[in-house]
Amino acid sequence: METTAAEQKYNFEVVRWFTVATVIYFVVGTFIGVYIAAELAWPFLNFDNPYITFGRLRPLHTNAVIFAFGGCVLLGTAYYSVQRTCGVRLWSDKLAWFTFWGWNLIIVLAVITLPMGFTQAKEYAELEWPIDILIAVVWLAFTFNFVMTLANRKTSHIYVSNWFYLGMMVMITYLHVVNSLAIPVELFRSYSIFSSVQDAMIQWWWGHNAVGFYLTAGFLGIMYYFVPKQADRPIFSYRLSVLHFWALMFGYVWLGSHHLQYTALPDWTGSLGAAISFAMIVPSWGGAVNGMMTLSGAWDKLRTDYVLRFLIMSLAFYAMSTFEGPVMSLKVVNALSHYTDWTIGHVHSGALGWVGLIGAGAVYHLLTRLWNAEIYSVKLVNLHFWLATIGIAIYTIAMWISGIMQGLMWRDYDEFGTLTYTFAESVAAMHPYYVLRAAGGFIYSVGGLIMLYNVVMTIRQASGEPRASVATAQA
Amino acid sequence: MAEKIHSTRLQDKMERNVWALLLMLLFILSIGGIVEIVPLYYLDDTMEHNARPEIVWQAQEGQTLDDWKPGDGIRPYTALELAGRDIYLREGCYLCHSQMIRPFRDEKERYGHYSLASESIYDHPFQWGSKRTGPDLARVGGKYSDEWHIRHLIAPRSVVPESVMPNYPWLQERMLDGEGIMARMKAMRTLGVPYSDKDIDAASAKVAGKTEMDAMVAYMQVLGAMARLDSGVVYRE
Repeated sequence: METTAAEQKYNFEVVRWFTVATVIYFVVGTFIGVYIAAELAWPFLNFDNPYITFGRLRPLHTNAVIFAFGGCVLLGTAYYSVQRTCGVRLWSDKLAWFTFWGWNLIIVLAVITLPMGFTQAKEYAELEWPIDILIAVVWLAFTFNFVMTLANRKTSHIYVSNWFYLGMMVMITYLHVVNSLAIPVELFRSYSIFSSVQDAMIQWWWGHNAVGFYLTAGFLGIMYYFVPKQADRPIFSYRLSVLHFWALMFGYVWLGSHHLQYTALPDWTGSLGAAISFAMIVPSWGGAVNGMMTLSGAWDKLRTDYVLRFLIMSLAFYAMSTFEGPVMSLKVVNALSHYTDWTIGHVHSGALGWVGLIGAGAVYHLLTRLWNAEIYSVKLVNLHFWLATIGIAIYTIAMWISGIMQGLMWRDYDEFGTLTYTFAESVAAMHPYYVLRAAGGFIYSVGGLIMLYNVVMTIRQASGEPRASVATAQA
Repeated sequence: MAEKIHSTRLQDKMERNVWALLLMLLFILSIGGIVEIVPLYYLDDTMEHNARPEIVWQAQEGQTLDDWKPGDGIRPYTALELAGRDIYLREGCYLCHSQMIRPFRDEKERYGHYSLASESIYDHPFQWGSKRTGPDLARVGGKYSDEWHIRHLIAPRSVVPESVMPNYPWLQERMLDGEGIMARMKAMRTLGVPYSDKDIDAASAKVAGKTEMDAMVAYMQVLGAMARLDSGVVYRE
């Protein structure tokens, strides 16, 4: 049987564990997000408890969705697709398990230390130095295992999805190591070795490329494997993938400075970042077009294949947010949008729309392949899809309105030439949109909960049947 | 035509050889960061105090932080202020408050003079922030009384009804750690913050008997109050 042969040939067990972990962290991470969104709408929810204030839970939310959910789906899909596209087993099973347990240990440590207030106080790089070292070790083990598997491959050429994963691995290593450089004072207390402008530039070089490489290049790796597989069609254009790959690799690195427009960062750096940001529309849309056009001649599949819907909708959100981002990097727009909820809305249309949906699509695809079973309920997949889509729409629309309103209120002058609104008035005006945002996020998270139920039921159903193949694979 | 074949060959080589692909990525991915970050260390006009040294306080031989007078210029944080800043980091205040005023008319009227890079030279890490769920704090020092800050930190909505900030009642109950603050100042000195031996030796006594609330208020009150900026001077193009 083909599946049994594949089971013996490849290490699927580690991918299974990563897949299940992905779904659990997806639910946990998004619900923490809902809670902190609710704290902004109804501040009594902080309950005068230091461990659950917005300031401490917000890093936990970002770390949970980026590193716990994002990390598990990236490691899992990378291990799966590199084996399938190279026709060989992972170079080292031991190293793969080390990365699984190591990565989960990092997540457990984050869950403990962040609510306690142990933080380096750099956005998306809050974890303290001992955990940073652990991240670097696990990440390099993952990279090494991946590269060695590529080196062992049976195919003549390296498939495109693997280029993207590799680009992510290299860049995240650079970013994480440099941005986390700090001098330890106590076990969970350290100070960044950088300050002022240099620290700001390095932080946003990290900050934007955590998005650009971890959440974009890595997830494009997922796209390049899972979209053609699910659609049962070859990728639309090889030439386009080559061009947009190298353009993305070269260009994304420069974008961080657009987070610092009009600040004390020298003008040349911000303008350079904005110019390249704008040019990045082209390679970003190259990727989106390449993914969507893979369906050409098979568009009817969208009517019946719900998993494919997730993948294609994610590409639509990808195209939308990679257009919105460059627009926001322009100085004239940034002057209004910076410091407002618009930024939060932009991030979430990318995170919930692109990263979340393609992640879910990959999980559903893996579910049928790894457990060799039909999905427990296709109807629930469809329900998840619509809850997710509606949730994202409510969330981003609420944040667009509140963000633009904030920006306009802050700069508004009355007929006497004085500021029309106090800051507090702008805060009060945000309340309905913060409620709406929490509602949108809640709907999206319920979709995740339904996915978790569906995954559990599918696995239970599958494991009810004899699976000799798993036993042999583990042996 | 020849060029086209050549470029395809290079791509082909990288697709066949993982080490070639890895090397190319290592190279390509390093460029943007190097071009944008390294010059910030070398270009003189990055930091405003290169042209206007009076922005930054220079301690004379034998002077300590106690000799500094308001308006003398940017100086390292005192032991109490540094302890306050650590609490600011711990509580994640930077997630809702920026410390970076942009050179716009409305921001000048709302918050004050635009922020300079030199003003955060002793900030490890920088606290410019990225979001204003609450107002900018770069020049909050001296704007409100200590009593206002204490009431506001314990129960923000008692003084600003519209506020969505959490209450921080525990700041009043927790005492500062004198030994810890000395170690932190020494670490800062390793990073180039010019603390004298006397400053560090005196640190423990300076925070003795003080609460976290005292530290937070001291930190709030010094933000933006160190240097006296002249609105007639162009510090930055």
